Amino acid sequence: MSSKPFYSSITKKIIMSLMGFFLLTFLLVHVSLNSLLLFNKEWFNAGAHFMGSTWYIQAFQWVLFAGFAIHIFYAFVLQIQNWMARPTGYKRRAAMEQSPFSRYMIYTGTIILIFLIIHLGNFFFVKMGWIGNGVPLTANGEEDMAQLVINLFSHGGYVAFYVVMIFLMGFHLDHALQSAFQSLGLNHPTYWGFIKGLSRVYAIVITLGFIIIPLFIYFKNV
Amino acid sequence: MTKIDSKVPKGPLAEKWTIYKEHQNLVNPANKRKIDIIVVGTGLAGGAAAASLGEMGFNVKVFCIQDSPRRAHSIAAQGGINAAKNYPNDGDTIYRLFYDTIKGGDYRSREGNVYRLSQVSNNIIDQCVAQGVPFAREYSGYLANRSFGGALVSRTFYARGQTGQQLLLGAYGALSKEIKRGSVKLFTRREMVDLVLMKDGRARGIIVRNLHTGELERYGAHAVLLATGGYGNVFFLSTNAMTSNGSAAWRAYKRGAYFANPCFVQIHPTCIPVHGDYQSKLTLMSESLRNDGRIWVPKKKEDAEKIRKGELSPNDISEENRDYYLERRYPAFGNLVPRDVASRAAKERCDAGYGVGKTGLAVYLDLSDAINRLGKDVIEARYGNLFDMYERIVDDNPYKTPMMIYPAIHYTMGGLWVDYELQSNIPGLFVGGEANFSDHGANRLGASAIMQGLSDGYFVLPYTMQNYLADQITVGPIPTDTVEFDEAEKSVRERIDNLMSIKGSETVDSFHKRLGHIMWDYVGMARTKEGLEKAIHEIQELRKEFYSKVDVPGNPNGINLELEKALRVSDFLELGELMARDALHRNESAGGHFRLEYQTPEGEALRNDKDFMYVAAWEYQGDDKEPKLNKEELEYENIEVKQRNYKTT
Amino acid sequence: MNLKLKIWRQASPQAKGKFVDYEANNISEDASFLEMIDILNDELIEKGDDPIAFDHDCREGICGMCSMFINGHPHGSQKATTTCQLHMRKFKDGETIVVEPWRAKPFPVIKDLVVDRSAFDEIIQSGGYISTTTGGVPDANSIPIQKEHADLAMDAAACIGCGACVAACKNASAMLFVSAKVSQFALLPQGKVEAKDRVKSMVAKMDELGFGNCTNTYACEAECPKEISITNIARMNRHFIGAKLG
Repeated sequence: MSSKPFYSSITKKIIMSLMGFFLLTFLLVHVSLNSLLLFNKEWFNAGAHFMGSTWYIQAFQWVLFAGFAIHIFYAFVLQIQNWMARPTGYKRRAAMEQSPFSRYMIYTGTIILIFLIIHLGNFFFVKMGWIGNGVPLTANGEEDMAQLVINLFSHGGYVAFYVVMIFLMGFHLDHALQSAFQSLGLNHPTYWGFIKGLSRVYAIVITLGFIIIPLFIYFKNV
Repeated sequence: MTKIDSKVPKGPLAEKWTIYKEHQNLVNPANKRKIDIIVVGTGLAGGAAAASLGEMGFNVKVFCIQDSPRRAHSIAAQGGINAAKNYPNDGDTIYRLFYDTIKGGDYRSREGNVYRLSQVSNNIIDQCVAQGVPFAREYSGYLANRSFGGALVSRTFYARGQTGQQLLLGAYGALSKEIKRGSVKLFTRREMVDLVLMKDGRARGIIVRNLHTGELERYGAHAVLLATGGYGNVFFLSTNAMTSNGSAAWRAYKRGAYFANPCFVQIHPTCIPVHGDYQSKLTLMSESLRNDGRIWVPKKKEDAEKIRKGELSPNDISEENRDYYLERRYPAFGNLVPRDVASRAAKERCDAGYGVGKTGLAVYLDLSDAINRLGKDVIEARYGNLFDMYERIVDDNPYKTPMMIYPAIHYTMGGLWVDYELQSNIPGLFVGGEANFSDHGANRLGASAIMQGLSDGYFVLPYTMQNYLADQITVGPIPTDTVEFDEAEKSVRERIDNLMSIKGSETVDSFHKRLGHIMWDYVGMARTKEGLEKAIHEIQELRKEFYSKVDVPGNPNGINLELEKALRVSDFLELGELMARDALHRNESAGGHFRLEYQTPEGEALRNDKDFMYVAAWEYQGDDKEPKLNKEELEYENIEVKQRNYKTT
Repeated sequence: MNLKLKIWRQASPQAKGKFVDYEANNISEDASFLEMIDILNDELIEKGDDPIAFDHDCREGICGMCSMFINGHPHGSQKATTTCQLHMRKFKDGETIVVEPWRAKPFPVIKDLVVDRSAFDEIIQSGGYISTTTGGVPDANSIPIQKEHADLAMDAAACIGCGACVAACKNASAMLFVSAKVSQFALLPQGKVEAKDRVKSMVAKMDELGFGNCTNTYACEAECPKEISITNIARMNRHFIGAKLG
């Protein structure tokens, strides 16, 4: 029972945080797989192939999409309600937030959403054969996802765009992890400092992890 | 001179309250629903009474001047609340609390009331703990106590430096529960501007001004309870909140209620000194600081002068050149003498030229010994919030240089006269908390104000009001369209129209400040016959000037802070005169009332028990007539009346 | 010192408000912010203007009545300080100070800088208490309470209900206020009996009144004049989950 649409404010927070944790885990897997490209193409292709190999992993893809969808949906619901809670704004308002990037979550989030669509267009939709001319093939006639990535990252403009997007995602992540802990009530003075630190480390690791790959490929091919 | 009956039940002191309760009248549950009660004020007394009466099943209408009941000025009580629990096993008993209170009040309070207060003090602590008030605790998990001025035992329960706040929030919680249940209806931002009496002389309603809309509203009920606090703001500068005022009580007085002992005003010894003319209020530093602090001034006048000029800092004064005057004069109680004694001693030193601070009107409260003995951490845990507050206001670090303090108006022991049932001489008009005069005599001990407020609110008024209401069940709802309500509303409207029409050149605050200066100079800590006569004359002149020169801008509809203030100050201008009259007639010194003519050779208050052991209950006779003095003789059957002595035990 | 002020003036709840420029001259550094407004108001009255309406009462930082959003911060930028305890020595001579009312849908402006905070009372009425009645309670020392818990409960109970948390929060969320009360009682054995119903009904009331959702920006904690901790919000979230799961 709630007087607000789409569950009470705390329930919404909890849904956001649970979906957030799920997406944070996914990002960790994603960056790990990507980093295989730093070693050799085959490992990466094996990883990519594995991701499409079994029915349950493919099913999981749809769970992942649902996770994104729920997270995004609630982000907009929360934001709209929050805007409605202050119909008249301040003339002068200082930056009072202790989690600096918390101010921009809806904006960084929206940009990530746009990036996500482009990103899916570049890789996933191509792989699914929905757009483009399909994935290049290896000598053995297998899909060469690695080559697809390398082709894209040989364009300097695209690399720059990608790096900027990943940075914005990093800002989003900096607030995300510790915020999810707080929403689930997992805040205790004795380990709160650790969680805030963990959140920042996570954001930096993921950001650097995603950024190194295009730069590595780009500069290797220049 | 009418003799007045306090209606204290017969029987042994310890049995009186039980005897009363055993024989009082009750209202059956079905009939309680037919009874309306008005409670004005949501502080400890009003909030607790409204909640308790609501729980019992009465229909309660409760009014507060702020935007929420939680903001009543009880919230500012810092130090603690007394109770005779004897948890520390230091020999406390109900009798001892009773005795200390009577003695502290300089034998000018009523035995029966004070004994009852001491009895229910223990219930208050139980009640508040059950409500979730986070009192300070020992590591054992049991409640902690500390000592306070005027007592030789540790009987004060506290919640950091915010005891009043926590107790008030407890009462506010209880009140909120009843508001939700529907038994209590809350009216915020309303100020009572008149009391309505019916033809039979009973109090049956009030007129309030809605501070939002400016409208005058009428409310009727079978009984009215005033819990509107004290009138310390008559001095302009006091530790009271800005809206604390005497108007509700004063309006009741003008409708015939007796005003008792108006001259008994408490000056609190540990306030932050005055620093400028624009200053709007004085801030109290909890008296609990006197537990660990030592009060001193320089021994040599030249040192004091240099400090005033800023050439010396207090830390430059060596130990042997400091005069710990309280320890010197009162070896047994030392820095823990009652408030009136401590205040006068500070004034004495400053008047003699030993005062410090820019104005010379300050003494030091020094915690450095305690910091050295107990460590900064312990002191910080005990008083950290007070030190922070001091630093914010004065811009000086009390951990490094001693704090400066000076006495300020803090509490008014006087108030509307009430009998044992806390009913005034107007049937159906009850008065609780600081607004009544009942329990503190000529001086109140620390940590006793909130005890009295909650005692009245939770444990006394719900019984005694019920006793009164028992024969009211057949009366039916009180209509508000009667001639009495018409008349009352009309008189308020006329007062407002009159104030708005003067359109003079001087602000309300300016008059209030001028009144405050007269009061402080002549009706303050040291009073004389000549000074009081002068004060009466000057107040009368000031009142005339007020009604020809005051400027109340805007219009009476909607929020008009100046009009609110003008109404209050117009009442203070009359109340101040009554205070001076009372002080003038009382040819003795007692507690907070100190007449220079009546003192011992050592400069202590000299009572005159033969002629003045009574409550002076003043009766209004008309605007241009002198009020009539009624006396309630005080009889001490259980206590031997002695000169107060804090030098030895 | 001399100051320039931009103060929000609004004649009534329905009226359209606007910022008006004022000058306050020869103000003592030892004056409090409210005393500075008092002085300004005296000048306005002398000129025949309507004085600025603002809420204030105890002027010692405990009643929670004063509000004012000063230069982008509720109660001004000094830490752990209410407007009434803010002193002019914290400002620079010649500075321009912007003063606005609290802004939140559940806190409508009544006049100038005065807002209606009865929404907070409604939240408390929805369950912010222990439902004991007067009398019939056990001896105070019959329930020992771990000192640590009593202290934490006191930390939470120090809330003065001023609304600075709502005013500061970019979402106008009341979570810090609500969680302080929920926490105080959740930490005490006396309060545990009703803890589940309390958290559910107080959160529902908070939502119903139109406060925003918490997004863990922690501006509330930074701006709270009583430094109420956001661990209270976490505790409330935890209790809310517990209450919802049964």
